[in-house]
Amino acid sequence: MTKYLLRRLLIAVPSILGISIVLFTILALAPGDPFADLATNPNVPPEVQTALHATFGLDDPIPERYVRWLSAMLQGDWGFSFVSRVNVSTLILQRLPTTLLVLGLSQVLALMIAVPVGVGAAIKPYSLFDQVTSGLAFVGFSLPTFFTGLLFILVFSIYLNWLPFIYRADLNVTGLRWYWEEFRQAIMPIAVLGLYQGASWTRYVRSAVLDVIQLDYVTTARAKGLPEHAVMIKHVLRNALIPIVTLVALEMPAIFGGAIVTEQIFRVPGIGSLLISSILANDTPVIMSITFVFSCLVVLFNLIADLLYGWLDPRVSYS
Amino acid sequence: MREDEILELITQVKRGALSRRAFIGKMLLLGVTAPLASQIVNASGVGPSQLTSDYKPTKRGGGGPLRTLLWQGPTLLNPHFAVGQKDQIGSRIFYEPLAVRDPEGNLVPILAAEIPSLENGGLAADGRWVVWKLKQGVQWHDGEPFTADDCVFNWEYARNPETAAVTIAPYQDIAVEKIDSYTVKITFPKPKPYWSSVFVSDWGMLIPKHLFKDFTGSKSREAPTNLHPVGTGPYKFVDFVPADIVRGEINLNYHVENRPYFDSIEIKGGGDAVSAARAVLQTGEVDYAWNLLVEEEILRRLENNGKGRVVSVIGADIEHIEFNFADPWTEVDGERASLKSKHPLLSDRAVREALNLLVDRGSVEKFIYGRGGVATANYLTAPEQFCSKTNTWDFSIDKANQVLEAAGWAKGADGVRSKEGKKLKLVFQTSINAPRQKTQAIFKQACQKAGIEVELKSIAASVYFSSDVANPDTFMHFFADLEMFTETADPDPETLMQLFLSWEMATKANKWQGRNRCRWSNKEYDRMYRDAESELDPVKRAGLFIEMNDLLVKELAVIPVLRRSQVEAFNSSIKVTLSPWEGPFWLLHDWYREPAV
Repeated sequence: MTKYLLRRLLIAVPSILGISIVLFTILALAPGDPFADLATNPNVPPEVQTALHATFGLDDPIPERYVRWLSAMLQGDWGFSFVSRVNVSTLILQRLPTTLLVLGLSQVLALMIAVPVGVGAAIKPYSLFDQVTSGLAFVGFSLPTFFTGLLFILVFSIYLNWLPFIYRADLNVTGLRWYWEEFRQAIMPIAVLGLYQGASWTRYVRSAVLDVIQLDYVTTARAKGLPEHAVMIKHVLRNALIPIVTLVALEMPAIFGGAIVTEQIFRVPGIGSLLISSILANDTPVIMSITFVFSCLVVLFNLIADLLYGWLDPRVSYS
Repeated sequence: MREDEILELITQVKRGALSRRAFIGKMLLLGVTAPLASQIVNASGVGPSQLTSDYKPTKRGGGGPLRTLLWQGPTLLNPHFAVGQKDQIGSRIFYEPLAVRDPEGNLVPILAAEIPSLENGGLAADGRWVVWKLKQGVQWHDGEPFTADDCVFNWEYARNPETAAVTIAPYQDIAVEKIDSYTVKITFPKPKPYWSSVFVSDWGMLIPKHLFKDFTGSKSREAPTNLHPVGTGPYKFVDFVPADIVRGEINLNYHVENRPYFDSIEIKGGGDAVSAARAVLQTGEVDYAWNLLVEEEILRRLENNGKGRVVSVIGADIEHIEFNFADPWTEVDGERASLKSKHPLLSDRAVREALNLLVDRGSVEKFIYGRGGVATANYLTAPEQFCSKTNTWDFSIDKANQVLEAAGWAKGADGVRSKEGKKLKLVFQTSINAPRQKTQAIFKQACQKAGIEVELKSIAASVYFSSDVANPDTFMHFFADLEMFTETADPDPETLMQLFLSWEMATKANKWQGRNRCRWSNKEYDRMYRDAESELDPVKRAGLFIEMNDLLVKELAVIPVLRRSQVEAFNSSIKVTLSPWEGPFWLLHDWYREPAV
């Protein structure tokens, strides 16, 4: 197992380096200027834009800029944003708590919906419960998040006036009041994302459980006289969840990437909205850092998913 | 001549027969911008009118939170690095300039004790210097006193090219010296009628010397105060997350009594304009939303909820279509649109006249921009309701056809006109922006009916407005026949009129950084501009600018389309005045809420 782990880690390093080279080159070659806003203003002489380009080394050749970026990154300096003139690490750390909160909770919500509903649907396949939940699941992952988001805003914020639709990352209330206010403003984006994710996971859970529930050892367990809940949890679920756990582990990096559309609609200050606004503003250091961290997380979680699968399922061995 | 009319009007104002307001109205009729008009009156010895403030609260604070929404959130809080109005608005909560401009263009002192004029000895008769007296007893948020040293420092900071401050232009060629702790003298190299370009408005916001003095030049980006602003403004800094949130709390030592009214202010950023409008007008979650680029019908429906009101502020920003007077399709010495070439189609006056007749400004205003613009025939603008006697616009496909026929452009079998083997095919470029695309589409349709084939090109805004030398799609390169965008205007016409000077040409040699992208030149225009630059008599100066505008319109050097206005939404209970020459927070300390009965 350790040999496998080491081998995978060694392969990971050149693949991450390759990813970073491709990312950097594409961003450097892309047209667009982080200082475009200055161009139409008659008060700003054009020399300022060129001076800014020189200050940030935007006119140097690409390989030179790449090496500079790589060495800085290895030393822990994630770069300096052109647009905000702040360290990129500051920008990302400012937004990390909100991202983890909203997206993390949405994944938890998705799991909380998917597992019970999927299992329930699989226990009695093609029953009324199964038909209804399958139908709802299809509708759930067919409707795009911007649609459900806007629908929620219209219903809960505008018509019913129950929930605020502008997310404030720093509520200036304390104690229990804070939890209540946080709940009120976060429930809509969490629900939008959670329901969307939960809908597709329900289908996976359902088919995974269906696969297992027909196997002989489940019938044996029942025949032995075990109570139904013991059969379900100890035998069926433990085995059915193996592929689900793999799936969830592979989805984890997406939390870091944020949910771009939902963050835009609800004004949640997450990493997704930082990424999209940096792309639109051609703020290369920020884009590089976020995409690079994201790709590292993907490689890492792929590895974790593989290891987890091997650990959970004794039939799988590493050679 | 114009001058006589103006002098007659001034005499009337002096006698009291004509109010300042009416005078400015008449001046607008002639195409003179409001600030210039007020300069004329001031210079003639008529005292500046006080901005009548209807500020009612009698004590400081107690107003609760003020919540605002900018759908483009501020990304930095140092006014000298501001990219776009969003950053200036964010900085303006904490920082202040010496003076600001009210809706009529008059200067209102903020950090200055009084506005310099000829009577109080603040202005030189020959226009070479101006002396500002600073308000005494003003403190920075950390308790340090505001003095003339800070003004001198701001000048040194901004004019240093290594700082790469965007505010460099007004500070570049001047000399600022401290006369005493509360007096500052600015000396200009040549007589400068537009002396109020320094230390005034958003471009003149002042930062504290004692916190920035170790971070000048190339070290400017390291200053911790960049992220924790310390200014003289009505609110003190609390929190900042770039593009997301800016928070301030009341400054209890603010230098104007009984202000500010609100205990805290918050700018939330992100999202889009429509949901921002909803947040003010439908749910009342925020008190103010900025720059609502929203379709007219949606705005009207939202307004009907009664929770808020929509205000549009119109300045001199001009959305216009430029002709390329050089040939972008032929390379001369390796340069496209070189000054040595001439445009084969657009140098024919008849073609330009026809194109001018094919822009349906009325429909563009009514159906596309709604509150966002007012159609105009002037480049240096006059409001539509005054309907300038000299310049009018017209939309007539028939007339366009007649003009082209008379000039010898005959329609071919494919419906496209041609003359001497040249077909009337033009490429029209602009940025990606829904109203602009719609305008392009109806222009193309009209041109088709007149026998002109127009190819539309839309470029991503961050590319179109970039200064990338290698990219041929920027508006500065202008490698197309026609292009459209909004040129933002100063209160003084000098910078707006620079776009047509022969020494401002955009060429390969200067990396296309010249302001004259349409490559038009006219000796008469150049001469008038040179005269206007140093003309101290405001009456003569105004007359010169009016003539320059008329020359542009007569020679068909440009097609003005609309005056752009900025649309803002407020909660009905908020009392505020907006000025077209300033950002929305120009008089932030005067904002208050009158609870609805």
